[in-house]
Amino acid sequence: MEMDRVDQIIDKHECEASSLIQILLDIQSENRWLPKEALEKVAERLQVPLTRIQHIATFYKAFSLVPKGRHGIHVCLGTACHVRGAKRVLDAVKDLTNIKPGETDLDLKFSLETVNCLGCCALGPVVEIDGKVYGNTAPAMIADVIKNYD
Amino acid sequence: MSNITLQIDGKEVSAKEGMTVLEAAQSVGIFIPTLCHHPSLEPYGACRLCLVELESRGRSRLVVSCIYPVEEGLVVKTRSEKVDRIRKMILELLLSHAPDAFDLQDLAEEYGADKYRFEKEPSFCVHCGLCVRYCAEVKQKKAIGFINRGTQREISFIPEIAAKECWNCKECFPLCPTEALQAAFVLTKALAFSSSSLEPSPAE
Repeated sequence: MEMDRVDQIIDKHECEASSLIQILLDIQSENRWLPKEALEKVAERLQVPLTRIQHIATFYKAFSLVPKGRHGIHVCLGTACHVRGAKRVLDAVKDLTNIKPGETDLDLKFSLETVNCLGCCALGPVVEIDGKVYGNTAPAMIADVIKNYD
Repeated sequence: MSNITLQIDGKEVSAKEGMTVLEAAQSVGIFIPTLCHHPSLEPYGACRLCLVELESRGRSRLVVSCIYPVEEGLVVKTRSEKVDRIRKMILELLLSHAPDAFDLQDLAEEYGADKYRFEKEPSFCVHCGLCVRYCAEVKQKKAIGFINRGTQREISFIPEIAAKECWNCKECFPLCPTEALQAAFVLTKALAFSSSSLEPSPAE
């Protein structure tokens, strides 16, 4: 990520220390992760200690300090999805992408996460990819879906 | 500054407004065990060891004395069956993180805490926050902070700041009740200090 862009984001929030989380969220959504240089820049311009930024960036799951893939796959393992076979769907996704939950593949294509409920239990097992929700998934069906992402 | 009188362990104590119960007790030489308390730092209330039983208006409740401000007519008990029982539990929980911490051994003996009661979780850090707060409040360097949350919470140095500031300071080292801090420093040094900063330059 270019530092000019980080500067622009900070300017957009008027360099307010109280907007720290918003600034981090903006960087996260544009860049998909928070590079160290960006955090140092934010710390310097907002006059916020780096320890606090580190604390916040590791506290919230929305932030990532490591690069994330272009597509985020969220497999729901909530109770309803679990009893409808989310485990097998997850295994299928793991095989297809060759990564485990919490990991990102080497060409930064996919990041895989498990979640505990997406709030649409009637559609279980649910998989969410880049914000698009796929309901009533089965291992074979999710394989077809994942093929369409590159 | 108006004077407030309260009773601690049956002793009349007069305290100034804004003092904490712990300070009032210490001013008359009543001992309350503490772990995360440090006189030059802001009260933090992390370790909960200093909890005491209060009686006001006929009801009794437990509060943490290091952050509880004195009130007129408070009746404080620093040792009671209830306080001892909970303090023992807190000690056992702390000991599951740091079973051999020196500061905890004597207290464990006094309260009969069994350090093997809970499964060992050898993180060694008990999250007292002394190092983090000392670095931020006294030294104003902010070289160390907490990361993650919940059961994963731990202390972490910022390598760039630590490589510059920590060599000639290390004042937080003796504060750590468990020596987890020293371990974290050694780890940071090994993993993240650049080779040029590994030795302090003789000119410093």
